[in-house]
Amino acid sequence: MRLPPVTTKPVVDSEAQLRALLSGLSGVDAVGADARAAKLATRSLKKSTKLIAIDLAISMVDLTTLEGADTPGKVSSLCAKARRPDPLDESVPSAAAVCVYPDLVAHARAALRGSSVKVASVATAFPSGRASLAVKLLDVRDAVSAGADEIDMVIDRGAFLSGRLGLVYDEVVAVKEACGDAHLKVILEAGELVTYDNVRKASWLAMLGGADFIKTSTGKVSVNSTLPTCLVMLEAVRDFAEMTGALVGVKVAGGIRTTKDALRYLVLVNETTGSVWLTPDRFRIGASSLLNDLLMQRVKQRRGVYPRPDEFSAD
Amino acid sequence: MSDRLDVLKTYKLLVNGAFPRSESGRSYEVTDSTGEFLANVAQGSRKDIRDAVVAARGAQAKWWSATAYNRGQVIYRLAEMAESRREELAEHVALAEGMKPKLARESVARAIDRTVWYAGWTDKVAQVIGSSNPVAGPFFNFSVPTPSGVVGVLADQHSSLEAFVDAVLAPICVGNTVVALASERRPTPAVLLGEMTATSDFPPGVLNIITGVTGELAPILAAHEDVDGIDLAGVDEGFADELAFAAATSIKRVLRDGSGSSLRRLRAFIETATVWHTIGQ
Amino acid sequence: MSDLTSSPLGSLEYDPAPESIAVAQLRESYGLFIDGEFTDPAHHESFVTLNPATEQPLANVAQASSDDVDRAVAAARRTYEAVWKKTTGAERAKYLFRIARLIQERSRELAVVETLDNGKAIRESRDIDIPLAAAHFFYYAGWADKLDYAGFGPNPQPLGVAGQIIPWNFPLLMAAWKLAPALAAGNTCVLKPAETTPLSALILAEILQQAELPPGVVNIVTGDGSTGAALVDHPGVDKIAFTGSTDVGRLIQQRVASSHKHLTLELGGKGANIVFEDAPVDEMIEGIIDGIFFNQGHVCCAGSRLLVQESIADEVVRRLIRRVDQLRVGDPLDKNTDVGAINSAAQLDRIKELSGYGEVEGATRYTSSCALPDRGYWFAPTIFTDVSQSHRIAREEIFGPVLSVLTFRTPEEAVAKANNTSYGLACGVWSEKGSRTLWVAERLRAGVIWANTYNRFDPASPFGGVRESGFGREGGRHGLEAYLDV
Repeated sequence: MRLPPVTTKPVVDSEAQLRALLSGLSGVDAVGADARAAKLATRSLKKSTKLIAIDLAISMVDLTTLEGADTPGKVSSLCAKARRPDPLDESVPSAAAVCVYPDLVAHARAALRGSSVKVASVATAFPSGRASLAVKLLDVRDAVSAGADEIDMVIDRGAFLSGRLGLVYDEVVAVKEACGDAHLKVILEAGELVTYDNVRKASWLAMLGGADFIKTSTGKVSVNSTLPTCLVMLEAVRDFAEMTGALVGVKVAGGIRTTKDALRYLVLVNETTGSVWLTPDRFRIGASSLLNDLLMQRVKQRRGVYPRPDEFSAD
Repeated sequence: MSDRLDVLKTYKLLVNGAFPRSESGRSYEVTDSTGEFLANVAQGSRKDIRDAVVAARGAQAKWWSATAYNRGQVIYRLAEMAESRREELAEHVALAEGMKPKLARESVARAIDRTVWYAGWTDKVAQVIGSSNPVAGPFFNFSVPTPSGVVGVLADQHSSLEAFVDAVLAPICVGNTVVALASERRPTPAVLLGEMTATSDFPPGVLNIITGVTGELAPILAAHEDVDGIDLAGVDEGFADELAFAAATSIKRVLRDGSGSSLRRLRAFIETATVWHTIGQ
Repeated sequence: MSDLTSSPLGSLEYDPAPESIAVAQLRESYGLFIDGEFTDPAHHESFVTLNPATEQPLANVAQASSDDVDRAVAAARRTYEAVWKKTTGAERAKYLFRIARLIQERSRELAVVETLDNGKAIRESRDIDIPLAAAHFFYYAGWADKLDYAGFGPNPQPLGVAGQIIPWNFPLLMAAWKLAPALAAGNTCVLKPAETTPLSALILAEILQQAELPPGVVNIVTGDGSTGAALVDHPGVDKIAFTGSTDVGRLIQQRVASSHKHLTLELGGKGANIVFEDAPVDEMIEGIIDGIFFNQGHVCCAGSRLLVQESIADEVVRRLIRRVDQLRVGDPLDKNTDVGAINSAAQLDRIKELSGYGEVEGATRYTSSCALPDRGYWFAPTIFTDVSQSHRIAREEIFGPVLSVLTFRTPEEAVAKANNTSYGLACGVWSEKGSRTLWVAERLRAGVIWANTYNRFDPASPFGGVRESGFGREGGRHGLEAYLDV
């Protein structure tokens, strides 16, 4: 048997092969993964590191609104916030992206024109993914043609859990193709995959299918991103990079509301994949209320006192 | 001609399921309680101890990995064998200890009953002294008794069968293998019991019996570094101190007071192995 | 892609996050804790305990002579007969609960003192040593009035006066392991802390005062080996419990051979961490790292021998080396430190000497690239590959951050190699296959077996060794046996 040479992406040309590849991945001991994440969460960031980390976290935020009640007005104010999170302080970096539903991409595109902030759109019958591939692809093309720089797709968890891995993989490949130049983030919805073993397998499946990012969750189910889930995904992108040379990003989403939470994720990245991933190109945080907490902590670190929340815009 | 000339028996060692004469070729004279010649008994040597320890070590893993049910069956089989040779055992005990026949028969009966008692312990010990431990974390944690390994037994010098049965079967029933020094002056009941193990499915090496001069052999056994534990209950205090000192070199488990058949005796050569395993989906 | 962990962009360099030492208000000097009070030693001798991370003196500590040990044993005996024996189990329980609570209340202070005196990382003293010490008292407190139910027959009796000698690697935790079951069972104690780490036990003495434990129930005599020897030899002691090296344990067993003292020994080890090719790889790497570098490798149950299945050996070593370079070695008071200072100059010498044999005997050495502080006692985490069973580094307990990597081919060979030692304290097994894990666990000659984890401790879990790792158990129901006449 000949092993693929180092830094070669494995070719997947059958479901059996995909299955064999994913079965060959090491299992995850849930207790160990939880313990490792918990241990890293005790890292203590002080002074200058904290300031750097807060700015880094701001620059990684995918400022998100994914509500049925979203309007162009809401999206516009969110875009303004993403461009200049703190209008009184120019040194605050912009957020990484604004993340909206496909029908609001055009508004976001217009509102962000001239800025470095990307437009991200969820697609593929977000959040459940329960639609035909044809509908999903239309959803993607719609968003891309409206100007989305990034597409956040969901995998078919039902297919994954029932073992139809080839179907899940084919969808990722098809969506990637439909994305064209847009970057593809593949949402695993870890809360529905339940086990870390599944998260690891789904991570590899997505990466093999062409994901530019793998993303923990939609934010629409009860269990969102957790530190150990993120840890398992970071291990996957690290190992994938070692095998193929491709650096896939990780996006955590859902339930990340405080600076403390965000910094814990950054520590996790720092200690798992190393600093190569400590950039908005490879690590994102999907959030909405987090941004204000980051701003507040930023001011606190500089001013030494806790500012009043109303100092920051409520968007 | 009415008197038939008796066929005399040679009392040999029990090593690895075989009955060799002493490697040294020596024997010593054993008398009954009145001083009458009883038998020439093999006088074990340093090398016999060595061979017995090798045999015991070789047999230990397999004896322990046999099911507890199976170990119980084997020990119960010994009781069956002894039961059918009660009279013979009683005769030896009576001669060796100078007991009245009735008392000797009672002593043998008790020894056999003790054997049955130990047969029943094999598959209970783990439930009585093992445990599942509620640790503060996502771990399944359990403690099981495991045998110390090879146990040296210095048998009681006076009680030639009853005490011998307690001393050897307690460690054996929990999975140890034994090298026993029989009572120096009263060895024949122990030798006889050893012969019975040969017809009781005892795997070779599980029980090894050396006869000879305790003062010469005990220090060898106590100092032997491949012996994991030693029962000193059968020797007097001053000598036991000396042997306990020698035993310390290899951190042996030492039983000084083995009186009776308490749980303490069973625990004396038991280790507790605690296994942790993560619990997660 | 050879090294993804370091980047020209620079990593998130953590600033120092030192724990404040203000909380640790050490006295200039400490006397012996006898009969409920700190007293001067009979011969007014003392020694200095150092901070191994800085080589700075921390406090003067009394050197107990045999006269002082005499006094301590007499106090323990008197209290045993007059007070403690008559104290009901329920009352003893309440004292122990009090002690547990007071340890929790003063946990930050204790953690800092432990780190100052021992050199261990504050993260470990804060998250492991001190909470576990409190938990141990809490656990045994509950036993004190339930001894009839402990499985040793009705009304089990204490032994009397227990002499307890503890090591320097987990000073307060080892004191808790010794004192809690002894007191729960109704014994009185004379505790001898290690020479290089007496301070947390002396803070504990203050806690015992605060708990209003009757004077003389626990007596603490600080000193060197001669103090320990006096305690071992003392005719008024009914029980010796010792944790430390096998060499000293052997001497103690010899010394008590002609007495009727009860004895339990928790000695050295050369734990094998067995890694099968189907192990959960990331957690396994963490487990190996924790297994040997936890507490600078000053752990009797450390997984100092890595037995890795040959088919994944290169991969495991590659990942290990990547991981070992990430360990943060340095100021033990920094909350981000993973590996602290070696406890003493003598221990550092021993680690250097033994690891020196590694190269001489042909093993390949990898030492972490971490920078070490200029002052204090330090040893960079080290991994030896190409190690054989016959190498000294595979046989002798180094008691430092040094891992020896060996390989095996089959489960049978793994067990044979793991058992090929006179020790038998702890082993690890890493595999996703339950049946094989249990098969291996059943055959390992060790008192503790960790499956898919390592270096876990809990008051409910019996701990202790087989063969030359000692006898007796600490923790759990089994731990009571060491202090009851059963």
